[in-house]
Amino acid sequence: MLADTANLHTFVEAFRFIGDNPGFLATKALEQVELSGAAIGVALLVAMPLGITLGHLHRGSGVAIAASIFGRALPSLVLIAAFLTVLGIGFWNNMVALAVLGSGPLLTNSFDGVDGVDGDAVDAARGMGMTGLQILRKIELPLALPLLFTGIRVATVTVVATAPIAAIAGGGGLGDIIVNQASYRLSGVLGASFCVMALSALVFLALFALQAAVTPRGLRRTRVLIDQPRKELL
Amino acid sequence: MQGDHTFCPDWVRQHWGDTLGPALVQHIELTAIAIAIGFALSFTLALLAHRFRWLEQPIGVISAVIYTIPSIALFLLLVPFTGITRTTVEIALVGYTLVILVPNFVAGLRSAPADVLEAARGMGLTGRQIFMRVELPLAVPAIVGGLRIAVVSTITIATIAAFLLPQGLGYPIFLALKDPTPFKTEIYSAGALAVALALVCDALLVGLRRALIPWARQT
Amino acid sequence: MSEAAEIIFDHVTKRYAGREAAALDDLTLEIPAGTFCILVGPSGGGKTTALKMINRLIPFDSGEIRIDGRSIDALPAVELRRGIGYVIQQIGLFPHMTVGENIGTVPRLLGWPKQKIRARTVELLELVGLEASDARRYPSQLSGGQRQRVGLARALAADPPVLLMDEPFGALDPITRLRLQTELRRLHREVEKTIIFVTHDVDEAITLGDRIAILRQGGVLAQYDTPDAILGHPADDFVKEFVGEDRALRRLALRTLADVPLQPGPGSGARLPAHTSLRNAVSQMLETNDEDVVVVDDAGNELGVFRLRDAGAAL
Repeated sequence: MLADTANLHTFVEAFRFIGDNPGFLATKALEQVELSGAAIGVALLVAMPLGITLGHLHRGSGVAIAASIFGRALPSLVLIAAFLTVLGIGFWNNMVALAVLGSGPLLTNSFDGVDGVDGDAVDAARGMGMTGLQILRKIELPLALPLLFTGIRVATVTVVATAPIAAIAGGGGLGDIIVNQASYRLSGVLGASFCVMALSALVFLALFALQAAVTPRGLRRTRVLIDQPRKELL
Repeated sequence: MQGDHTFCPDWVRQHWGDTLGPALVQHIELTAIAIAIGFALSFTLALLAHRFRWLEQPIGVISAVIYTIPSIALFLLLVPFTGITRTTVEIALVGYTLVILVPNFVAGLRSAPADVLEAARGMGLTGRQIFMRVELPLAVPAIVGGLRIAVVSTITIATIAAFLLPQGLGYPIFLALKDPTPFKTEIYSAGALAVALALVCDALLVGLRRALIPWARQT
Repeated sequence: MSEAAEIIFDHVTKRYAGREAAALDDLTLEIPAGTFCILVGPSGGGKTTALKMINRLIPFDSGEIRIDGRSIDALPAVELRRGIGYVIQQIGLFPHMTVGENIGTVPRLLGWPKQKIRARTVELLELVGLEASDARRYPSQLSGGQRQRVGLARALAADPPVLLMDEPFGALDPITRLRLQTELRRLHREVEKTIIFVTHDVDEAITLGDRIAILRQGGVLAQYDTPDAILGHPADDFVKEFVGEDRALRRLALRTLADVPLQPGPGSGARLPAHTSLRNAVSQMLETNDEDVVVVDDAGNELGVFRLRDAGAAL
């Protein structure tokens, strides 16, 4: 909770803060990237294969739906706090909490993507004698790419943007500054916030570009900016 | 009442009146106001985007930008302008609902099939009548669907409001975390309330959607 | 039911910018009240365009269209359309309304009292071959054929003197199509409105129409006459090709044994009822290699004999 009151002047101060402490901010940002990266990595290893497998088998849609409902209804703060009580303070509790957070959209979108591939295309492939694995590799995964990437993008942006909150649970990163107004004053807090925004935007754009680059030509669509209806916000 | 026990029901009973209860009420208030304003604004914007097609692109871009701003950052950004007040929180919350609702509403308004619109026009309905009697009713599924996501998201984001104001269900959690040995019961109970609130609203809106769409129920 | 209206196209032309051929080129057509008039032709012939001009969904560049002597521009478009029934191929039933509410759309717009609308809905459902209880159902619960019947009922709801139909049966399977064609003919006999019907299917045109207008590429009227006349005396090579080389056989399908002079018996071939088409009679004779058939009435009494070699003269 902030004790300062402020005005527009604070904005200027915020930028000055950034200018004065580039190294410090960079270190903090790196901490955040490490935390986020680890969390996303775990989520990718666990949730994505699970979603793809379930989607391929067209089973467990209930799981995917539950993941999406719970993912939306579970505040990140609650998640982080809960894991803190279980795993203590530090890196691990936050990493796990963020991994869980990112798993929701990954699972759901991976499932939707593979499950929703044009049934006719899959039937044709099966009729041609492809094995299940071949169908997955050559037909389902390429066609599911837009949704798979949407899942990765949503999960990553969510995790990166949630990481500041992890600071109250010892997660480090730019959040350390944001929750510590006593030391850094509102200008510092704002400055760190700008950095988080910039980081978040960068990640979003990078993934968006990556998705555009990797999507097979026949599937290019022009508007995948906001995915509905399964979306995570902080 | 030590942090060693995982859950202490007595504490919940004792402190419902002074901690959990008020927090829940504040949380509902924050959400309700944001949804009410967000709905009205989104509806207006969607109508405009539906009527003036060129607006869609800029609105889409602005939505995408707001989407990438972490909620804490958005709250803090507004503080220099509106101070540390409920207004700040509400502005941010409304912003996030816009991001969800406007695309949903526009898609809903667009969802009337072309042949239905042609038949309506050929039958002699005026533009206004076509909007009121065909396009709008057919947009209801998307509208309620969007509301469902928006309500749940708002409840979730509102927990972060505790960073600014001592209000909402995020506050007990926040306080508890400040303690070197965080009090688990407080965290779990406030957290459970937040999740429960979100799930209840989600279920209610699913029910509302089903009730408002008799024509899709029987396929 | 109210009276039908006469429709007149008076030198109507429409050109789209940048296209060489006209959509409609100086179309002049007189459709007497109560006629079932088919607009048929290849795509690009302008038949749908002509239809949609009548209810001003498509504007034209020059000429005039008059309904019962009054130009269609005399009324505001919306009012004009409420007085004309309009049925399209994909039907366009409002999915969020019940069948009853769909049918009652235009009467509601016109401010009819609820009682009247309800009674009219029941009347129409029976007319198009549905049940009164179907009024409560939703379009998603109906089959394609049922939906098209509802579309028809909806178009007739306000009792318009003119009915426009744009390839209404195109999306249906052949069996349903045949059934609905038969019903439409029956309906027209009962209701006697002016129907303008667009199709690209020559057979459908010949089956349904009192008058057929063949529009060729570039919106030019190739021939406008009864089906029999078009089959018997095609105006030019285009029409000949369009109606097909078997047009003589098709003409036979338009007449029955009751319509032609019969020879006195005895005959050697099969016994056929008088309402059998000449075409089926000829087919029968070819199948059993007889030179005649014996024509009987409903009671089984012999009316006479029809000989294969007289078939040509019967045309």
